Amino acid sequence: MTQTGMIEADGIHVDMEHLKKGEVNLGTSIMAINFKDGVILGADSRTTTGAYIANRVTDKLTQVHDTIWCCRSGSAADTQAVADIVQYHLGMYGITNNEAPTTQTAAAIFQELCYSNKDQLSAGMIIAGYDDRHGGQVYSIPLGGSLHKQPYAIGGSGSTYIYGYCDANWREDMTEEEGIQFVKGSLQEAIKWDGSSGGVIRMVVLTAKGAQRHLYLPDQNYEGPGKQT
Amino acid sequence: MTSIGTGYDLSNSVFSPDGRNFQVEYAVKAVENGGTAIGIRCKDGVVLALEKLVTSKLQKPDANKRISTVDRNIGIVSSGLLPDGRHFVSRARDEAASWRSLYKAPIPTSALANRMGSYAQAYTLYSSVRPFGVTAIIGGWDSEAELPVDGQVGSGPKVGAGGKKEDGKHGGPFLYMIEPSGLYWGYYGAATGKGRQVAKSELEKLNLSEGGLSLEEGVKEAARIIHVAHDDNKDKEFELEMTWISSLDGPTKGRHEEVPKELREEAERLAKKSLEPEDDDEEEEKMQE
Amino acid sequence: MNHLPQAWGRPRDDVYGAYDHSHFQTQLPNQHTQSPIVTGTSVVAAKFKDGVVIAADNLASYGSLARFTDVKRLRKFNDEVVVGFGGDVSDMQYLDRLLNSLDIRENYSNNENPLHAKNLHTYLAKVMYKRRSDFDPLWNHLLVTGLDGEKKPFLASVDLLGTTFSSPTLATGFGAHLAQPILRRTIPDEDAVANVSQEEAVKLVQECMKVLFYRDARSMDKYSIAVITTSGVELKQDEKLENQSWAFAERIRGYGTQVN
Repeated sequence: MTQTGMIEADGIHVDMEHLKKGEVNLGTSIMAINFKDGVILGADSRTTTGAYIANRVTDKLTQVHDTIWCCRSGSAADTQAVADIVQYHLGMYGITNNEAPTTQTAAAIFQELCYSNKDQLSAGMIIAGYDDRHGGQVYSIPLGGSLHKQPYAIGGSGSTYIYGYCDANWREDMTEEEGIQFVKGSLQEAIKWDGSSGGVIRMVVLTAKGAQRHLYLPDQNYEGPGKQT
Repeated sequence: MTSIGTGYDLSNSVFSPDGRNFQVEYAVKAVENGGTAIGIRCKDGVVLALEKLVTSKLQKPDANKRISTVDRNIGIVSSGLLPDGRHFVSRARDEAASWRSLYKAPIPTSALANRMGSYAQAYTLYSSVRPFGVTAIIGGWDSEAELPVDGQVGSGPKVGAGGKKEDGKHGGPFLYMIEPSGLYWGYYGAATGKGRQVAKSELEKLNLSEGGLSLEEGVKEAARIIHVAHDDNKDKEFELEMTWISSLDGPTKGRHEEVPKELREEAERLAKKSLEPEDDDEEEEKMQE
Repeated sequence: MNHLPQAWGRPRDDVYGAYDHSHFQTQLPNQHTQSPIVTGTSVVAAKFKDGVVIAADNLASYGSLARFTDVKRLRKFNDEVVVGFGGDVSDMQYLDRLLNSLDIRENYSNNENPLHAKNLHTYLAKVMYKRRSDFDPLWNHLLVTGLDGEKKPFLASVDLLGTTFSSPTLATGFGAHLAQPILRRTIPDEDAVANVSQEEAVKLVQECMKVLFYRDARSMDKYSIAVITTSGVELKQDEKLENQSWAFAERIRGYGTQVN
């Protein structure tokens, strides 16, 4: 196998696990959805190196501005570096323009970084944010660095197991409670079937009221504790 | 202007003891000799107009345009040294392109004015350069619609994004004027060049801050003001150059364009008529009674 | 020592020393050339008497996963040019932005002669060839359609190597194998173009999209179609394939001799 091989010999199956040697992998289940009042981001908490769980309580939901967050999948190092750079840019944008950046701005910067460094990165990101003008928005940036606006987005190795579940259960204009149940139900399935996903379910709800974290633990049957302070 | 520099005007980066930068003041003098340029911020768009002094009969009429487009939605008109104006516009285009390459969206007019203000100011700081010999008027329309990220594919929920605050007003017309010092302000109506004093007092009469003037009226007023501000005794020949930027549902669909020939000529006809002595009209009206 | 099943049957580290993996490593030079990740499949187009018709489906695949089903791959450049993109979607988006900046620069001077399809094709061919020469190709195959400088129908392709090709009918990817022969039945050469009406051309291209949906495992039944004539661009982006033929499955039993 060549070092650059992102693709298997059949030229079709993408090797999503392609990593540098010894690299920490967010072999992950992540998602973000639009709902009536904004967006909800969700993720599992497992980080692996091969079959070893390097961190079982990882936080894959990362804030890049007040109400713009992202879900990270792929290489932990790469996605952290990218998120840090975007956070810097958005901070500068807010200061120099006396106006908070929009989710579009965040998505644009994420895409520029992921696209122009595609050769060295393995980063699959979902960007979700809320602002008064545009409401909630969800963008997906898969491996090659393309940008897709979506009603809801799923990503990471675990997502392949829940395409059916999500498509069957997705409804537009859900309430916050329904949205949380949708994200939780989806991630539970992903955790169940994907060995690289597991641990707790973390969520962030982004609305006009700001950002609210949620936590759901496997030993409480993913029913609590819920909202975090 | 009373004083001369007494040695403190020889270098750009030197203040006089009473705190003046003479090079900047001389640059303002260069602007005061240029043809009048004005900008009007109307409720549904912006008009830019220029009194283009004809320096030679050998120049083709209607050619050699002086008002420039930056990105798609911004126009710049300047008064003063022509080549300085062109360089200023060239920089503005680069700024707009660099904004697009990072943020994948058009630059807001305010951000462009800010960057160009900083750029002009930098030319007052160093002994190796001289200040810009222009005052530039920047007019733009920031989209009132939600813009996609350049190149993006796909769309959000069919029902639209959740949690939007519908009452907010976004985008709209913007007008800024940047002086050789780098000083800039936002304006309802801006004027520079030879006829600026007359033009300013005419602009003030329009009560632009009340936001009642429509773009079409603005075009006619702009043409009239340029004609009023023109001094027949000093400069005989001039061409009226006019551009405009409307809202997305207006005539230019948010783009900076030349005012169509027919409309410009109509505006000019009305402008000339309003300058004629009024008693002729009144007599005609009386005849009809 | 390693408990992982993958390591079972390997020589024991404590007896033979750590396993030397070095001969697995091929020290290749750093390659710049990437490969496509999120991809669009065929684009098909045909000239007719007064213009050109072009179509592409709305799918972006991630390997064999039908990941994005709302990706519009036809881009209107102006009132007489449409570009269709096959291949990598991120590179398509890059080209979209490149064309956008070209259009902005083009409009600085109020010029009476906007760029036509032939101009744009030449430009894109040079961009694509430059990138392949830098060993950093844009992983796309494009069809440029519209009107040339004489307002005549124009259709030509550029691929990731900067290879250009022109023909009265063209198709990229799977379409080159499946759609091109069908298109050539009606429009075998340049002379045949004059005898084809807009309606016939649209129908022909729709038929090709249907065949591609039947036989291309990376296609879908939602597509975009554009018609470019002297009266402008008519672009529809949410079309659905109609009149599909599946009922004959009823008569198929077994794989040879079976009757029930």
